Amino acid sequence: MAKQLHIFVENRPGRLEVITENLQKAGIDIKAFAIQDRTDYGLMKLIVDKPQEAYLSLADLGCACALKDVLAVSVPDKPGNLHKLLSALSKSNINIIDAHGFVLQPSQMGICVLEIENYAQSNADEVVAKAGFEVLNDSQLYNL
Amino acid sequence: MEIKFWNKEVETATRDRIKQIQLERLKNIIAAALKTPFYSKRLPAVGIKSPDDVKSLDDLRRIPFTMKDDLRQSYPKGLLAVDTSEVVRIHTSSGTTGIPTVIYLTAKDLDNATDLVARSITCTGADKTDVLQNMMSYGLFTGGLCMHYGAERVGMMVIPAASGNTKRQVQLMKDFKTTVLHVTPSYLLHIHSKLAEFGIARSDLALRKAFIGAEPHSENTRKKLEELYGIDAYNSYGLSEMNGPGIAFECQYKCDLHFWEDSYIVEIINPKTGELVKDGEQGEVVLTNLIRTAMPLMRYRTRDLAYLHTEPCKCGRTHRRMSRILGRSDDMLIINGVNVFPSQIEEVIMKIPEVGTNYLILVEKHGALDRLVVKVELYPKMFLGEAKQIEALKSKIGDDLKASITIKPAIELHEQGSLPISEGKAVRVVDTREKL
Repeated sequence: MAKQLHIFVENRPGRLEVITENLQKAGIDIKAFAIQDRTDYGLMKLIVDKPQEAYLSLADLGCACALKDVLAVSVPDKPGNLHKLLSALSKSNINIIDAHGFVLQPSQMGICVLEIENYAQSNADEVVAKAGFEVLNDSQLYNL
Repeated sequence: MEIKFWNKEVETATRDRIKQIQLERLKNIIAAALKTPFYSKRLPAVGIKSPDDVKSLDDLRRIPFTMKDDLRQSYPKGLLAVDTSEVVRIHTSSGTTGIPTVIYLTAKDLDNATDLVARSITCTGADKTDVLQNMMSYGLFTGGLCMHYGAERVGMMVIPAASGNTKRQVQLMKDFKTTVLHVTPSYLLHIHSKLAEFGIARSDLALRKAFIGAEPHSENTRKKLEELYGIDAYNSYGLSEMNGPGIAFECQYKCDLHFWEDSYIVEIINPKTGELVKDGEQGEVVLTNLIRTAMPLMRYRTRDLAYLHTEPCKCGRTHRRMSRILGRSDDMLIINGVNVFPSQIEEVIMKIPEVGTNYLILVEKHGALDRLVVKVELYPKMFLGEAKQIEALKSKIGDDLKASITIKPAIELHEQGSLPISEGKAVRVVDTREKL
């Protein structure tokens, strides 16, 4: 299952830099990132090539971080495709806690990274596949 | 100015007469104290086995100080001198380690305490024609109920509004033509900032006076209140261990607080050495309650810092005046009138596994009111990667602290290593409020 690295960061200058500096030293390649703003703190969410190594290097530093299971879906970059994906999930009553997306050049392939409520107990993978989308496995995601 | 008295004979008694009353009452208190588990050990150890062993007021100094910790360790009945069937009221204050302190009053004790509050009110020039709106908390805290009783004895119309609900407070003031407020200075400032919002003009109110207390404040704050409202504001002093309000109060001249010395013996000591300081020097206020027999308390260290005036007052009262409270000899914080010890906060947050060992307590002004911020570190190993967890943790810390210290602080979560470390003499408390 694909993993995303979640890191608790205080909302003040220099805190993100400490994380990227450390990941650079550990030779980690960041594929995508998002930051969820919570006013006085934020959650940094990273897709990286080696999540376990990234996690251990940040934990050694004393960072509060965790690996979370995510649903990574390949979505062709065409109008209406995100809507189609979200409709399929909502019809199955699957709740998305948080999400971020990006488009890969030059393949024109969009990637949606979704945090699903009660993901392990849900049939989100099936629902997405049935709707005609490709679910990326972990190595596909890490080697984009 | 017409000077009003509640009990002119006592209030203007000669110093010798006051000392004579003190000695008589001290003997009564010694007799009561010898009936308590606590003092029945402590007094004979210094050669006081009966009231007759006290020949002069100087003998008081043979008695060791009583500390707040003694009260906690004697909780609940170690300082009780009478059968509980004689007790008509208790009050408690929160303790630093979860154990509260308690005071007991017999009907006579309550009568004495009430009389002193009535004396205090009258001393400011207020009388039965006034309407008092009492904005202090009712319940276990002494500030609400004890002022209420005293004001009723004066014959005032009392509005037991208690604290909070600013809109209703202002409505009550307007509808019932409140003339006197009993309130913390920070709350009174806060109310002023809300008047326009409620569509109420100063001219809609009949306010004349305010009794301000329960938190230290500067002369500038008093002046500001007086100018904003066009009232006279009188400083008051009390603490629950001594019966609450009515220990010292300002008179119509507003030149610091008359200590009711027929009822309390005041000593000012050097908090480090325990020795009496010279007249007029600042030190810690030490009090002996002469009017409470259910729970005698002698040479109680209040931790409040102040000095005594030696020159007489224009009002004719012979009871010495005490300065405003200039600080504390311990680390107690007073936040919107509520006493909080940093150790209480530490005790609560250290029980929560998701919280690291470092923390910082910040006290600041937020508008007119005090704001308490507790900053803690998130313990990295307990982090699950979800904002939901962080929000739930902040609520839990806030709720647990409210249960212990009665006020709900703002909670900030920080990364490990960003707050002062727990070893050594880390600064744990930052108080950015105006210094007195």
